[in-house]
Amino acid sequence: MIAIIDYGVGNLFSLKCSFAAIGHEAAVTGDPGVIRSAERIVLPGVGAFADAAEKLRATGLDRVVKEEAARGKLLLGICLGMQLLLDRSEEYGLHEGLGLIPGEIKSIAGVINPDYKIPHMGWNALTFRGEKHPLFSGIHEGDYVYFVHSFAGFECDENVIATADYGYPLTAAVARGNVMGTQFHPEKSGEVGLRILKAFCEMKEGTLC
Amino acid sequence: MITKRIIPCMDVRDGRVVKGVNFAGLRDVNSPVELANYYSQNGADELVFYDITASAEGRRLFSDILTETARNVFIPLTVGGGINTLEDFDRVLKCGADKVSVNSGAIRNPDLVGQAARRYGDQCVVLSVDVKRENGVFTVYAKGGRENTGMEAISWIRRCVCEGAGEVVVNSMDTDGVKKGFDIEMLRAVCEAVNVPVIASGGAGGIGDFITLFRTLPGVDAGLAASIFHFGEVRIDDLKQAMLEHGIPARIVKRVTT
Repeated sequence: MIAIIDYGVGNLFSLKCSFAAIGHEAAVTGDPGVIRSAERIVLPGVGAFADAAEKLRATGLDRVVKEEAARGKLLLGICLGMQLLLDRSEEYGLHEGLGLIPGEIKSIAGVINPDYKIPHMGWNALTFRGEKHPLFSGIHEGDYVYFVHSFAGFECDENVIATADYGYPLTAAVARGNVMGTQFHPEKSGEVGLRILKAFCEMKEGTLC
Repeated sequence: MITKRIIPCMDVRDGRVVKGVNFAGLRDVNSPVELANYYSQNGADELVFYDITASAEGRRLFSDILTETARNVFIPLTVGGGINTLEDFDRVLKCGADKVSVNSGAIRNPDLVGQAARRYGDQCVVLSVDVKRENGVFTVYAKGGRENTGMEAISWIRRCVCEGAGEVVVNSMDTDGVKKGFDIEMLRAVCEAVNVPVIASGGAGGIGDFITLFRTLPGVDAGLAASIFHFGEVRIDDLKQAMLEHGIPARIVKRVTT
């Protein structure tokens, strides 16, 4: 079973349905017991970093996520959920993240082509970094996924597994061992997105380094 | 490179798509779920459902079909029609909408855009505007184009974007239904006024109109149309192919079997 962590941020209906569509049972839950007993964890999130980080802390689920990640459980952060995996964010002040993957969240305003719009919203192609990550086993480089964000991961170094070109190679996905995250929304990225979720569901614990 | 989006729009009354037509392989041409699936598989980048129901029963049916669509279709879903309050936002978001489009509701209550943007984020709030030239002035119309508000359109759009509208759908009533192309002049004025994504609507008669739109106005992010897709005059996959051939970034959906 997959636990989609419900900490009062955003609408998790589509995400739950997307797992159902690929034949995997997912529970939307804020119950630490259920999360601990799940095979895999998904950390979703939309909105502002500070608000989400605060809610995660207030519910005590930040500790649950960190402990489960440390035990080697497969964890996937999506959109703001991916951003929360990093060390900190500069979105409206400086805020601590979970620190599971090195890196910082900063505005894309300083790096992209000034003619481009913010947010980076729409379908963009993935460029893989390094060896193709198992999360992408069902898709090809150049496949399109759906993004909506104004902030992105920087200084994630070798943990970047895919970028998207927006006049700058924006961090599209990160991974470090059993912890991974996508800046884009796989649950809104059509068939390609479903294949990414399927790869996550069928990945074996302990096979990643 | 981010692609230009192609968005079919479906009017829904009492849970059924109005103007549904016969596509090969589609059992129920008026089923929102079937049509949404069909468009998604043919390369639609996003879908818009427009609720044109007036009754409470119709609204309930709309919520049901929305939920059913969100269960089966995994591309962004925008919902509009009858959005007047934050409760309306809440209702459709809970059923699986990703973005909510406001039109007359924002004209009646200009605070709605700001309130919704603060609660759900800018990316969730789409301003939809029906615009018509009145003595050479771009003028906002309300109630599905039936009522002249007397407001100048560009300043209205700018105001809503400042309030937090994350995207603007510009429907030109002057070109709508004429099928001779999008309203380039009007869209240019909007693109120069705001820096959020602009979606062109009204006037598409064929593939060439989309090509002209995106080549003339690089600031336009998406093209929206209804009847040319519903009546099968333009297939989205053909349109995308033509866009690529003209150097316009487009997302091609490869038909894959799982």
